[in-house]
Amino acid sequence: MSQLDPLEKPVTAENTNGLPANFYDGVAEPSGTHIIEASANGQAAVNTPISAAGTSIAPVAVGGAPVTAMIAGSLSGFWRAITRNRKVVFGLSIILFFVLVAIFGPMFVHTDPNAFSENLLSPPSASNWLGTTQTGQDVFAQVIYGTRVSIFWGFLTGLLVTILSITIGLCAGYFGGVVDDVLSLLINVFLVLPALPLAIVLAAYFPFKGPLTVAIVITITSWAYGARVLRAQTMSMRRRDFVEAARASGERTLRIIFFEILPNEISVVAAGFVGTVLYVIIFEASLEFIGLGSPTVVSWGSMFYWAQNNDALLLGAWWWFVPPGLCIAVLGAALAFINFGIDEMANPRLRTERRPKVKALKTQKAVA
Amino acid sequence: MRHLFRRIGFYLVALWASITLNFLIPRLAPGNPAEALIARFQGRLRPEALHSLEIEFGISNQSLWVQYLQYLNNLAHGNLGVSITYFPTPVSTVISQDIPWTLTLIGLSTIISFILGTLIGIFLAWRRGTTLDSTIPPILTFFSAIPYFWLALLSLYILAYTLNWFPLNGGYDISTTVGLNGPFIISAIQHGILPALTIVVSSIAGWLLGMRNTMITTLSEDYVLMAEAKGLPQRRVMFNYAARNAILPNITGLAINLGFVVGGALLVEIVFSYPGVGFALLQAVQNSDYALMQGLFLIIAIAVLAANFLADIVNAALDPRVRQEKG
Amino acid sequence: MADILVNGDKASTGSKTLLEVKNLSVDYLASSGVVHAVTDVSFTLERGEILGLAGESGCGKSTLAYAIARLLRPPALITEGEVLYHPRVRTDETGAQRVSTVSMPRKGQSARPGETEEAVDIMTMGAGELRAFRWTELAIVFQSAMNALNPVMKIGTQIMDVLQAHRPEMGPDARKQRALELLKLVGIAPDRINSYPHELSGGMRQRAIIAIALALSPEIIIMDEPTTALDVVMQREILIEIMRLREEFGFSVIFITHDLSLLLELADKIAIMYAGRIVEQGTSFDLYEHPRHPYSYGLLHSFPTIRGPRRNVTGIPGSPPDLRAVPTGCAFHPRCPFAFAPCTSILPTLEPSNPETPEQLVACHLYNAKLHPAGPPVEEEFAARYASLAERSKGQ
Repeated sequence: MSQLDPLEKPVTAENTNGLPANFYDGVAEPSGTHIIEASANGQAAVNTPISAAGTSIAPVAVGGAPVTAMIAGSLSGFWRAITRNRKVVFGLSIILFFVLVAIFGPMFVHTDPNAFSENLLSPPSASNWLGTTQTGQDVFAQVIYGTRVSIFWGFLTGLLVTILSITIGLCAGYFGGVVDDVLSLLINVFLVLPALPLAIVLAAYFPFKGPLTVAIVITITSWAYGARVLRAQTMSMRRRDFVEAARASGERTLRIIFFEILPNEISVVAAGFVGTVLYVIIFEASLEFIGLGSPTVVSWGSMFYWAQNNDALLLGAWWWFVPPGLCIAVLGAALAFINFGIDEMANPRLRTERRPKVKALKTQKAVA
Repeated sequence: MRHLFRRIGFYLVALWASITLNFLIPRLAPGNPAEALIARFQGRLRPEALHSLEIEFGISNQSLWVQYLQYLNNLAHGNLGVSITYFPTPVSTVISQDIPWTLTLIGLSTIISFILGTLIGIFLAWRRGTTLDSTIPPILTFFSAIPYFWLALLSLYILAYTLNWFPLNGGYDISTTVGLNGPFIISAIQHGILPALTIVVSSIAGWLLGMRNTMITTLSEDYVLMAEAKGLPQRRVMFNYAARNAILPNITGLAINLGFVVGGALLVEIVFSYPGVGFALLQAVQNSDYALMQGLFLIIAIAVLAANFLADIVNAALDPRVRQEKG
Repeated sequence: MADILVNGDKASTGSKTLLEVKNLSVDYLASSGVVHAVTDVSFTLERGEILGLAGESGCGKSTLAYAIARLLRPPALITEGEVLYHPRVRTDETGAQRVSTVSMPRKGQSARPGETEEAVDIMTMGAGELRAFRWTELAIVFQSAMNALNPVMKIGTQIMDVLQAHRPEMGPDARKQRALELLKLVGIAPDRINSYPHELSGGMRQRAIIAIALALSPEIIIMDEPTTALDVVMQREILIEIMRLREEFGFSVIFITHDLSLLLELADKIAIMYAGRIVEQGTSFDLYEHPRHPYSYGLLHSFPTIRGPRRNVTGIPGSPPDLRAVPTGCAFHPRCPFAFAPCTSILPTLEPSNPETPEQLVACHLYNAKLHPAGPPVEEEFAARYASLAERSKGQ
C-alpha cells in the first residue's frame, strides 16, 4: 500500500520547534501508529493516532520474562497513561456502567422480557417503566436483558475478531516476503469489500439464525482492520534488537511472534479492542434489525426488528425503539470520548492548554 | 504511472474475489438452502423458474469448474438470475431500477458531508482555542456515535411523523409520473431530504474531526512556519501549504470509510422505505430471495471498488510522493 | 543579472548597526508552569557580520531567533523587549532603488537616498508592515530542509510564490528567470525547478532552502542549524557555499548551532547562551583565545581538535536546568567548578570582562571586582578546576 497510508506511517516524536526537550510533561512522546478506530457508527474516525504509550513506557520485554508479567506491565503502563485524561475516564465509566448492568441488571428485574401481557403497546407508566410492546412485553425488562445479550455477544465477537486480526496481522508483519504479499492482499481485499452486504449474504445462507451466526459472520467481515494495523506495528517491531536477539538464540518462530512481539503490542490491541467491541455491537444490532438474528433472543437489535416490523413508529410507540437506540448511542459516545482523549494524549498539540499565572522573579540583579 | 497500474491490478483482484465469493457462498453453505427453498416453492413456480433456481444454486450435475465458467459467462452477459420476490423479473432489472436512487442518495450525501466536513474542519483548526473550537467537536462526536438507523428512526419520528415537515416514506410521490418532469423531481427532492440529512449528520463528524486534527498537526509543521516566515498572504498559507497537505490522509480515509458509509446508508434506506438498493436487500432477506441478495452484493461491491479506485486516483493526483513509491 | 546588494563594509548608505536586540524575553505558558525560554537578551548585529549563537539544546537560541522574526506561536509569548531594525536605501536585485517598505517616511519627512532611515521596532510592527518586512529584509534557513519544504509543491513554485507575494510587478517570466538564477547560484541544475522536494537529495534540499532565502536579497539571514541534519562532507560543502554567497552579497547572518567549533571558524562574533540568557559574548578570536565564562571554557574543551597540543577533553558534568525552575542566582552555578557564595543568589549581568576589552562581555561574578576581589582566574585554573570536577563526577 502507499507509503503514506495513515495506517502504516509511524508517528514519530514531533519537532518541538525549539522548545526545551523536557517541555511536554507527562507521557513521553511515543512513537506509535495511527489507528483508525471504528466509531459507534461503524464509520471509522479517521486519523486517530493511538499512543502506543504502552510500548514506549513499559520496558521492552525481553525473552525470558514470563509473558503474563510482560503483558501486565505494558497494560498497566498504558492504563496509567490514558486514565490521566478526563475524557477517557468519562468514556470508560460509561462503559463500566453498561457492563455492570449487563452482569447484574437481570437479577433485579423480575419481569420476564418474553412474557406476553394484555397491556398492549402502552406508553411508559408506573407498572411498565418503559411501556410495552405490541404483544404486551415489558420494554424495560427487554432493555435490561437485551443489554446482557448485546454486551456479552459484543465482547465475545470482539474477542474473536481480535484473535483473528492478531493472527493474520502478526504473521503478515513478521514473515514479510511472499507470506506478507499474500496476506496483505487478503487483508486489503477484505478491507475494501463492503461489510454489511457481505455479512447479509453470509448470514442469509447460514442454516441457523441466531447470535452465534451473527458473531461468526461479523468476525469474517471485520477482522481486516485490526490486522492491517497490527501488521504495520509488527513490521516496525521486527527490526528491533530484542527480536534479533531472540532469533539468534534460536527461539522458535511461533514463540517469538506470540510471546515476544505480541506482549509489546498489547496496548495497541487493548485500545483497538474497545473500539472493536462497540463497532461489533452496532453491526449486530444492524443485522438483527434487518431480520438476520434469532426471533426469540431478546437483544437491542431484535427490539429494533420487532419495533420496525410492527410499525412502532407509525403507531407512535417511541418508547419501543428509543431506549435500545439510546443505549447504543451512549455507548458509542463513550467510545468517541475515549478516542478523543487518546487523540489528545498521543498528540499534545491537540490538548487544550490552561494558562497559568505568570509569577514574579525572585532573584535580585547584581549591583554594577 | 506504475503506481496506478498496481492499484488497477489490486482492484481487479478484489473484483475477482467478490465475484468468486458470490459464486462460492451458496455452494459452501452448510445444510442445503437451495433444496429447502426449492421445496418450498415447489408447485408454485413453473418448471423454467425452478430450473433457473437450480442453476442458481449449483444443483446441477456438472463439475464446480464448469459451473463457475457458466456463472462467469452469465455475468458477462449481465445475467444475474431471476428474482423470486419480483418473479419473473430478472435480478438485473430490479437492481437497475433501484440503483439510481441509491447512487444519488449516497453519492450526494457523501459528497456534501465530505466537503462540508472538510471546510468546517479547516475553519475550526484555524480558529483553534476559541469557544467554537471547544464546543463543536464534542457535540459532533456525540452525533457521530449515534447509529445511522437509529438516527433515521428518530428523525423520521420527530420531523416526519410528529411535526409533519417531511414525507414519511418512499422516494417520491407515487401520484407523479417517473421522469424528468417538475412535479416528480420536486417530490423526489422532498422525499430525499430526510434520508440525505440523516446520512450527512451521521457521517460529517468523521470528516470534520479528521480534517481538524490533521490541520492542527499540519499547522505546526515547519513548512507552514516557513510559509509564514516568507510573508505570504494568509490565504495562501492556509490553503496551499496547510490544507493541501492536511487533506491527504482524509482522502485515503474516505476510501476506507466508504464501505461503512454504504452500509449505514443502506440501513437508512430501509428505515425510510426509500426505493433503493437497501430496501431491496431487506426484501431479499425476508423472502429468502438469494439471487437478488447476491446480485445486490455484487453490484454494491463493484460500486464501492469503483469509488475506492476514484479516491486512489485523486490521492495520486494530489500527492506527488505517492506517484513515486517503490514498485 | 545578479544582485547588486552592496557589501556591508562598502555600504554607501545605511548605518553600521543593522539590528539591535534589547532586553528580549520570551516565556512559554504551559499547564505545568511558565517556561522562561529567553530572558533579558540584548545584542547588536552589524551589517555584513556573522553572529553565532551557541549553546546546548534547550538553551533558547532557536526561540530567540524565531522571536526576532516574530514567528513564535502560542503558548509562546514575548514578554518584553524590543528589536530595532535599521533599514536603508539600497539597489535590489532588479536594479531598482528601493527603500525598505518598513521605513516609509513618517509625516513631514522624506526619504532621500543616502540618508539612513529611522530604526523600526519589529515587535511593534503592524500585520501589513510585518508581512512586507518578512523575507525582503529577514529570511530564515530552517534546520531540516525536508520539513521546511512543502512536500506537495514543486521547489520552483516555492521560490516563485515569495516573488509573487513581494514583487507584484514581476511577471511570470521574470519570476521564472529569477528562480533559475537562484538555483544556479546555489548549484542546483535548472531542470530541477519542476522537482518535488522528495525527489532531491538531502544536500540539494538544503541548497534549495538557501536559494529561497536569497530570493529577495534580504539584509539578514537567520540560519537555524542548517547543517546539523547533514553528513560531515555535505556540511562542509554547504558552509563553503554560505560563505561564498555572503561574500558576494554581503548579508548578515545569525547562525544558530550547538557546534561551537563550527562557529569559531565561521562567525565574526559569538554569543553563548545558557538557560535562556547570554552568558558570554565576544569576537570568535577572543572567545577561542580567552574564554571568560566557565561555561564557555567547558564548551570549548568539550571537543578535541585535530591539530594542536593534546589536552584533556573534559566536558561539563550535569545537564542544563529545567526552564520551569531555573536555579536562583546564576543558572550555571550547580555545574560550575568556580561557584562561590554570591552565585546562588545574585544574578550576574552581562558586562565587559575588563575595561580594556569592551567588546568581550561576560555574565559572571568572577569578573565583578566587588564580589570577587581576587580577580578572574587564569587559564590554568580553569583547566585544573574542570579536571577535578570531572574526577569527582566520575567517582559518583
